[in-house]
This record gives sequence, structure tokens and C-alpha cells, in this order.
Amino acid sequence: MLYDLPFLAAALLMVIGIATMLLRRNLIKVVMGLSLVEAGVNLLLVALGYRGGGIAPIFTNAPQDLMVLPTVQAMTLTNIVIGIATTALMLSFVMVIYRRYGTADADAVRRLRG
Amino acid sequence: MIPAFILQHAPALLLCVPMLGAFATPLLGRLGAGIRNAWALLAMLATLCVAGILTSEVLANGTLIYTFGAAAPSFAVPLDSGGIPIRIIFAVDAMGAFMALSASIVGTAVLLYSIASQKKNSGQDGYYGLLLLLTVGILGMVCTGDLFNFFVFLEINSLAGAALVAYRVDKGVAVEAGLKYAVLSTLGGLLVLFAIALLYGQYDALNIAMIASRMQFTLLDKVALVMLLVALAMKAGSVPMHFWTPDAYSMAPSAITAFLVVASQASLYGVFRVVFSLYGLALDCLTVGWIIIILGVLSMFVGVTMAIPQKDVKRLMAYHAVSQTGYMLLGVGVALAVLGNQDLLAAYGNIAMQGGIFHIINHAMYKGLLFLTAGAIFYRTGTRNLNRLGGLGHSMKWTMIFFIIGALAIAGIPPFNGFASKLMIYESVFLFNPLLSIIAMVVSILTLASFVKVFHSIFMGPALPEYAEVREAPLPMLIGMGILALMVILFGVFPQQVVDILVAPAAAALTDQGGYIASVLGGA
Repeated sequence: MLYDLPFLAAALLMVIGIATMLLRRNLIKVVMGLSLVEAGVNLLLVALGYRGGGIAPIFTNAPQDLMVLPTVQAMTLTNIVIGIATTALMLSFVMVIYRRYGTADADAVRRLRG
Repeated sequence: MIPAFILQHAPALLLCVPMLGAFATPLLGRLGAGIRNAWALLAMLATLCVAGILTSEVLANGTLIYTFGAAAPSFAVPLDSGGIPIRIIFAVDAMGAFMALSASIVGTAVLLYSIASQKKNSGQDGYYGLLLLLTVGILGMVCTGDLFNFFVFLEINSLAGAALVAYRVDKGVAVEAGLKYAVLSTLGGLLVLFAIALLYGQYDALNIAMIASRMQFTLLDKVALVMLLVALAMKAGSVPMHFWTPDAYSMAPSAITAFLVVASQASLYGVFRVVFSLYGLALDCLTVGWIIIILGVLSMFVGVTMAIPQKDVKRLMAYHAVSQTGYMLLGVGVALAVLGNQDLLAAYGNIAMQGGIFHIINHAMYKGLLFLTAGAIFYRTGTRNLNRLGGLGHSMKWTMIFFIIGALAIAGIPPFNGFASKLMIYESVFLFNPLLSIIAMVVSILTLASFVKVFHSIFMGPALPEYAEVREAPLPMLIGMGILALMVILFGVFPQQVVDILVAPAAAALTDQGGYIASVLGGA
């Protein structure tokens, strides 16, 4: 049960993130919700690689053989970098929208229809 | 003739060349606009050459494996790894090569066209950089044999695409479309990563062939399948996840829209790769096949009915793009539904598959052509509103001819390429289920009706006084459109040759899951 907690936390983070995206009207909060989903996926990845009692996967002078998996950590790192790029891009979009429309309310930002 | 170095490293060069081009473009932009344009064009042409070399290699020698960081590119499985391919591997089979070739042909036409259409705009350094980066994303997605790598290229594709959609701010409206595209793509990308995590947790591998060889089709695999399908079908613009397409396609610069069509097709390729190569026969093929067929029929029908009342010419074409995606899903879905049954596969499944895949390249050509003509009209008149356009046939003759070619091709009229692939889909789907085939034909007729209306309101009628100054589009734009128009006609006149050389190997590569696994893992 204790080892399942990170998975539950990851699922919870993702659900909160998606709910934020759907329910909040402020565009900044939509982007925040997306970041929460991303955090949930990252947590899932890292939790998948954990082995009870394992040490960091550095082989030089390692005191023991039991290590956590490095692949998922590399994947998480990559995803964090990608996440920063996407979040920065989307926040800059929101900035431009706010400047041009005078609002960042998702209900008001609806000039494309049909 | 071709140096052995290029032959050996073609899959890596396919990405290195446009990536170097992308990141050097802003630097060279400091030296002058002409040098930068020449550099971007050179990078794209070199990419096209590499894609051509790669395709001929793959068609001659079968699936090409390229292992990054290994002593030799073909060492997919290191000796001390216990039979697991631990490195990033590119597995370029006939399907991947086919997609890469079609993407780089459209990319070249789009770049040529951009040189004229972007001439008067600011910020061109970033524009060409992002265009080449989008190429990297597309080519990476169709070449990689590694799931996580696929996700990374998907994100490159989405980021570059969203930035380009919003590139010409247009009072903020383009940015609104860009934000919508970016949010949906990122959410889709995260769903893909979640699915990859589920698969990795069970099979300890990221390599598509490795996971496919260990596939158990447990409950978690089903969850992963649903997530992959939803996310990739959304990126491909299939109904009911199509709502971003009209916004993004209509607000992006026209050249970019033509290329976004290819970017969506890379996601469509992802759908096919997942269902055929990753899951394959482990699936309940009939059920998943029908799900894809239903997605396809919905896309066809909803797309075309939404297109008919549109007044913005690019928005109208965007809905048609959704509709045409449906044909590809329909053809390939039928093949998937009968995947386990060799008799039915031989009777009509293979033809349906080839029709669906042939339609991918045809769609990239004629839809690209149509968006480019819409862009040329916008470039000269400054409006996309069908009610305000008219009489342009007097002044923009070449654009009109290119538009006719594109419109007849999308409606499936011989001798253009749309007819060839649609006929293959009609014939084979009719044997599977006549009703589906009839729906497909009705949609084609509606498409024709819609384009007759567009043609009439843009080009016919007396020359309007407000467009008295309008001249023919500039030469680079005409060359860009001309390349695509030539391909549309060539593919329409010689469909059998194209199918035999390019399409049939691609379809065979997708249905042959065992062959794909063996080519990576080595006879496993």
C-alpha cells in the first residue's frame, strides 16, 4: 500500500490538473492546470523506476547493486525540459492575448467560431 | 555515386540536416535576407535529397535500422544487455520512408512559396527556423522506432506548429488559435507519455518492436491503447476531436497551413504505427478496426457538412481536410478489421490499406496545393471572405488553374490523384460493407459541390473594381504551387506505378508486424 501512494498521488495530480483546465476560465489557470497534469505524469514516471532500498544509479564506487532505474529518470528530465518550453510558449501566448483583447477570460477569448 | 557515408547514416542525416538548418537560420539571418533564404532552401532541398536516398535504400534493401551511439548502426541489440535494445533506434520501414518522402516534397514546395509570401513580413529568421524545426518533428516521428523518442518529436512538432500558427499575430486572433493548438497538443502529448509510462512499467522497454514482441494485452495495455489513440487521433484532426483544426488552419500563414496538414498526418501515422506495429494481432482487431472506421466515417461526414456553410475560404478548406482524413481512417480501419484473416485481407483488406495510405500522400499534395492557392489569393487581395471575392479569373489565371487542379483532385475526379486513391477505397470498402462505401461517395459529391461554390465565388463573374490592381501571384509562389500541381497530375495519371513502387511496400510493412519486430530484434 505504501508503495502505491506515489501512483495515487500521480493520478490525483492529473485529475486535479484536468479539472482545473476544464473548470477555470482564466487562461493562466488553464496553463497551470496543464503544468499539474505534467507534474502528475512526471511523478508516475519516477515512481515506476523506484526499487525499495535502491540507491542512485551511479556505478562508480557503488556500495551495493540494488539501484533505482535510470531510464525513467532521464525521461522525466526530458519531460521537465519540454514542459518548461511549452509552458513558456503558452504563457507568452496568454500575454499577447491579454494585451490585444484586454482580458484573459476564456469565455471572452472566443473570436474564432463556426 | 552516392558516398557510402551518406548511405550508411541516411536516417540520422534526415534529422541532422533540417535541425542544423533550423538553428543556423537565425545566425545567417544576420548576414542578410538573401543568404538566409538561400540557406533555408538549401537545407530543405538537402533534406529532400536525403529522404529520396533513404526511400530508395529502404525500398531496395528492406527496413533500415539505425542505432544511435552503437559501434555500427545495425547493432540494435548490444551483446551484454540480455537481448534488450537499450539505445535509441530509428527503424525506417517502407511506411516511414513513404511518409518522410511525402513530407519533404511538401516541405520544399512550402519553403519556395514562403520566400515570396513572407517577403514583406518581419521576423523571418524565426519563421524559417521554426519551419525547419517543424520538419524535424515530422521526420523524427515517422522514422523513430522508440516510443519515448516518438513523444519527444511529437512535442517538437506541436511546439513549432503552435508557434507558427500564432506567428502573424493578426490582432491576437492567430494567437488565440495558437494557444488552443498548443494546449490541446500538450495535453495530447502528456497522454501519450502516460501511455508510454504504462507500457514501460510492464515491459521494461521503450522500443516499439521490443514491446510488440512482449505484448500481453492486459488491462493496462488497453488503457494505454485508448490514451494513445485519443491523443494521436486528436492531433490528426479526426472528429470528434477536430475542433482545433479550423481555427489553427485558418489563422496560420497559408504556407504553414499546407505544412500543418503534413504535421497532422505524422500523428495519423502514429495511430497506424500503434495499432499495427505496437499492438498488431494482440488487439481485438474487429472492434478496434470498427472504432477507427466509425471515427473515419464521422470525420468524413461532419467535416464536409461543416465545410459547406463556411465563408472564410481557409476555414472551409480546413473542414475539408478533416473530411479527407476520414478517408484514410476508413481505408486503414477496414484493413485492421480483417487483419487476422488472410483470405479477407487478400480479397479487399490490402487494397483498402493501400487506398488509405495512397490517400495520405495524395491529400498532402492536393490539400497543400489548395491552401497555397488560398494563400496566393489572400496575398493579392487581402481577404479570405468568399462573399467579398470575385472575378479573379481575369487577373490570376495560373492560380485559377492550380485551384481547379486541386479542387478536382480533392473531389475525386479523374485524371487527378484523388480519384486513384478514392477509387481503391470505394472498391475495397464496398466488399467489406456497402453502406460505408456509399457514404464515402456521397461525401465526395458534397466535396465537389462545395468546391464548385468556392470556385464560382472566387474566380467567376465580372472583374470587380476593388480588385482592378490585383496581379498574378509572384513567381516563387507559382513554382511552389506548380511542384504540387505536377505531383497531383503525375500521381493521377500513373497511379499504378506509384502504388507498386511506394504504396504497396508501405502497406505491406504496416501489416507485417512480425517482419517489423524481426528487423529490429534480429530474427526473434
